[in-house]
Amino acid sequence: MAEAHPVGFQWVMEAKKRGATVIHVDPRFSRTSAVADLHVPIRAGADIAFVGGLINYVLTHEKYFRDYVVAYTNAPTILTEDFADTEDLDGVFSGLNTEHRIYDFETWRYQGREVRPASGQRGVGPDQLRQIRKAARGEAHGSGGAQAHPEPDTDETLQHPRCVFQVLKRHFARYTPEVVAQVAGVPEELFAQVCRHITENSGRDRTTAFVYSLGWTQHTVGVQYIRTAAILQALLGNMGRPGGGILALRGHASIQGSTDIPTLFDLLPGYLPMPHAHQHDDLDSYVASEKTQNGFWANTRNYMVSLLKAYYGDAAQPGNDFCYDYLPRLTGSHSTYETVMGQIKGECKGYFLFGQNPAVGSANARVQREGLSNLDWLVVRDLVMIESATWWKNGPEIETGEMRTEDIGTEVFFLPAAAHTEKDGSFTNTQRMLQWHHTAVEPAGDARSDLWFTYHLGRRIRERLASSGDEMDRPVQDLTWDYPVHGSQDEPSAEAVLAEVNGWDAEGQPLSTFNDLKDDGSTTCGCWIYCGVRADGVNQADRRKPGREQSWVAPEWGWAWPANRRVLYNRASADPDGKPWSERKALVWWDEEQGRWTGHDVPDFIATRPPSYRPPPGATGTDAISGTDAFIMQADGKAWLFAPAGLVDGPLPTHYEPQESPVSNPLYGQQHNPVRELISYRGSRYQPSGREPGSNVYPYVTTTYRLTEHHTAGGMSRFLPYLAELQPAMFCEVSPELAAERGLEHAGWATIITARSAIEARVLVTERMMPLRIGGRTLHQIGLPWHWGANGLTTGDAANELSHLSLDPNVHIQEVKAMACDIRPGRRPRGPALRELVRAYQQRAGITADTGTEV
Amino acid sequence: MSTQPGTGPATGPETGPGADPAARAGYPDHPPRVGFFTDTSVCIGCKACEVACKTWNAVPEDGISLSGMSYDNTVSLNASTWRHVAFIEQIGRPGEADAGLPGVEITPAVDGGSARWLMSSDVCKHCTEAACLDVCPTGALMRTEFGTVVVQDDICNGCGYCVTACPFGVIARRESDGGAHKCTLCYDRIGDGLTPACAQACPTESIQFGPLDELRERAAGRVSELHESGVTQARLYGEDPSDGVGGMGAFFLLLDQPEVYGLPPDPVVTTRDLPRIWRHVATAGAALAVGALAACVRGGRGRS
Repeated sequence: MAEAHPVGFQWVMEAKKRGATVIHVDPRFSRTSAVADLHVPIRAGADIAFVGGLINYVLTHEKYFRDYVVAYTNAPTILTEDFADTEDLDGVFSGLNTEHRIYDFETWRYQGREVRPASGQRGVGPDQLRQIRKAARGEAHGSGGAQAHPEPDTDETLQHPRCVFQVLKRHFARYTPEVVAQVAGVPEELFAQVCRHITENSGRDRTTAFVYSLGWTQHTVGVQYIRTAAILQALLGNMGRPGGGILALRGHASIQGSTDIPTLFDLLPGYLPMPHAHQHDDLDSYVASEKTQNGFWANTRNYMVSLLKAYYGDAAQPGNDFCYDYLPRLTGSHSTYETVMGQIKGECKGYFLFGQNPAVGSANARVQREGLSNLDWLVVRDLVMIESATWWKNGPEIETGEMRTEDIGTEVFFLPAAAHTEKDGSFTNTQRMLQWHHTAVEPAGDARSDLWFTYHLGRRIRERLASSGDEMDRPVQDLTWDYPVHGSQDEPSAEAVLAEVNGWDAEGQPLSTFNDLKDDGSTTCGCWIYCGVRADGVNQADRRKPGREQSWVAPEWGWAWPANRRVLYNRASADPDGKPWSERKALVWWDEEQGRWTGHDVPDFIATRPPSYRPPPGATGTDAISGTDAFIMQADGKAWLFAPAGLVDGPLPTHYEPQESPVSNPLYGQQHNPVRELISYRGSRYQPSGREPGSNVYPYVTTTYRLTEHHTAGGMSRFLPYLAELQPAMFCEVSPELAAERGLEHAGWATIITARSAIEARVLVTERMMPLRIGGRTLHQIGLPWHWGANGLTTGDAANELSHLSLDPNVHIQEVKAMACDIRPGRRPRGPALRELVRAYQQRAGITADTGTEV
Repeated sequence: MSTQPGTGPATGPETGPGADPAARAGYPDHPPRVGFFTDTSVCIGCKACEVACKTWNAVPEDGISLSGMSYDNTVSLNASTWRHVAFIEQIGRPGEADAGLPGVEITPAVDGGSARWLMSSDVCKHCTEAACLDVCPTGALMRTEFGTVVVQDDICNGCGYCVTACPFGVIARRESDGGAHKCTLCYDRIGDGLTPACAQACPTESIQFGPLDELRERAAGRVSELHESGVTQARLYGEDPSDGVGGMGAFFLLLDQPEVYGLPPDPVVTTRDLPRIWRHVATAGAALAVGALAACVRGGRGRS
């Protein structure tokens, strides 16, 4: 965190100053480790074993927060007899269809009165189901409110053999300290220290927070990494309480904002699922399959209709389904990697890149460039001339002779972009807090904001289509596209966009809460969870009252969705009776006299619902939320230790080896995540793993990461002298032991090789890289920063030349945090010899199109 | 003597707790002496200080080449680097431990407490007794009303005397313009009540700016705090007015010997012995003059 988020890290240092213990778990000793109380080196790709070990410790030593667990989690919930665990099936769950590589999650369900079947998947064959799954249903509802049995059978003594608590105990029983050492390389004594710190700092009086970044997400089991932490935090009672939680540090500024109001293919604003072509023929069928019976997702129709009103204004009427038909439909996964394959196949002919540099920053940069080379047109909007705008003249394939500039037909338009200091707008940070920023200086020359570009492009297209009678053009003609502009460059008003996002009532007054949204077309709202950001017509995100002038929760700094709550699910900070678990950790509580919830934060609960409330039989929607259902967005009101829906690769996390690993899975016969997403392609072969022949050709583990001095794919740092001089060369980090084994010289050159390509890097030999002894052999790890490319003041090979296309099946993220490679001294070959080297390695490893693609 | 306050040799008390460089330099009513307290125990090595310094002061880029010295590619303070973050790796390889699993050996990783990666942001010390200022023949180096030392670019003639005089190797000449350059403690910011750029940018308050007296008090408290929490290696460097440079205007909390960070353990103002030397020179000169006079007299007599 100090390494990639130094500014946010000031708060960790502040906490440390106040007595917090800081533990850093990372394969290498980084700048974060340097100031942590404890550094835990770990094998890249083994975190589920490590955190699973913590869960096992908490369960076997009875360190869980029992009252919290019984009241607020699904620990007491009883599962059907159909569920079979990885313990029973040697590493896979019940419902695995190996032919189609999907799970049928009918067997993962709660036992109880049948209320309704799981989300609209009745009568769907496996082929179609796979397409629907690939369309990333897991991300819908923020992965929280998917369909779950709302009235399950429970056992509050936690003794029933099929209650979630007992299932959990059995599932994690094998994650002993010995296994943690064997799988993750964490010595038992060090692991014991972590166990002690975490459990001593959890409970009524204390809380522990987990912070993760891309080191947890970029795996074929990335979502399950975070699920493991979620289970641990729920068991320890660290959710919904001050100082607790799981904090996602995002890849760069406002990534949270770009999922809330998404740049993702599978979501509409506010985590409303994008309609699917075969599932959601009309608004009614969409709502029927996406809403939940209980809780706030029961109001899905209000959110969707208000969104359609924001998009299409007066054209959206009850009689035409509020223009629901104008929305595009999913037919499968349209993630960035499928899009690239579409480019190569010639299906995708045009591409916009807004501040994105896939020729450096996306997995298998080589395949990315192949896709770019096959387009008709490409628009690159960036601050500087990035590699994704110049690959056609100086890309690695030009050097190897695989591509010739004259053969590349892509017409490239480079449009200079304005920086954040040159435009108004908001950032949404990991705390879901919006902070407004103002134009400090007008963009120079032809540089324009993304808002300017998008608005004026849309305006010009609408002008062209104004007189069209083609039905196909109606969605564009009917769009509300009337933002006021100002200044010499006709900059659209960002504040007007915010007003549309916030929404209006029938009288045109700004809404202050999503509770007021209607499904009759009388309200508009561009993103229901952001409703209230412009309450009373005031830009609440622009508030900057200093911390010293308000309470410690600081509710008047910026604005956090939903409803300016700073801690989600904060009902859980009070006990079932509504009293704080302890004075020290009081956040919100039930005020009996006033008959409402109150406290330091905005209560994340129905304000006047007493703790004693129990829903009457047959209650639906928010009426069905009991006075103790602290996790109000979940269909059953509980924190999910066991996820009966929402995840495509298992209801519980299980240690699988990365797609490419020198290690055989020490826990199960199942080596990999059986439903990981594979994109095998001639330019992107996979390597053998574990005991497979040829695995030893790529004997080392490598992990990619960032440096403080550079930013992502380098567009904002490699071109600046003051940053380029601070980290002036692409390098790899290796231990003295590996350097000795391979004859690598400090500050000299090394070549790193995978089945995709080979890159060269300067060598930093450092004891900060530590060899691990795993399964009787020494395992070396190689660190690779991924910032470099061919352009800028400091240039070098991109680490993503090495990475493959194997993805997390829930969210389609690439696995670049744990791969296998070889390393040798010296610079890489030039010209065609580079590909010959890569091919020689492939041949030695016996790599074919099928390698690594087994279930 | 100088024609403006701040330049030329000091005239007030030279050393000791009463040392007041601004008063000695001719500012009778001056604001409190300010400086930096750099607490390296909370430095995260982000180098924001280096970038903020260069950006505010328009200091040029200083070479894009890999040093191989851990994450330190700045290497040292010089004319085009006024803040320099040193990185010192003290990791080591502890002995083998038994993981308790037959057939499985684990190299124990670093024990969380003993492995260290020290980081420290170095800067001009703004010495109470500043040799650079003493030797400057043009008056380009001056003492400010804040007790800091700055180079006036339009007066510096590039003679380089200050470069050899600095006991820390801080000040240097820049090839491109021939002049001597170093940290100004953001003279143009502090005069407007702003914090120097490096301290403003530091996310963890490793670099603290303020009146020197307050900083020294705060630093003493921080050392005690660290000692109490078991960090016995914590020590201050440069806070003592009785040291060889009369105390530094920019001082440090270190976690190891100064040499480990590339700092001289016992710096002495290189002009300390000048008065004594000049006295000897004067005595010798006077003796010579007397001798010469005597010779003249004798000669005169002889001739007359």
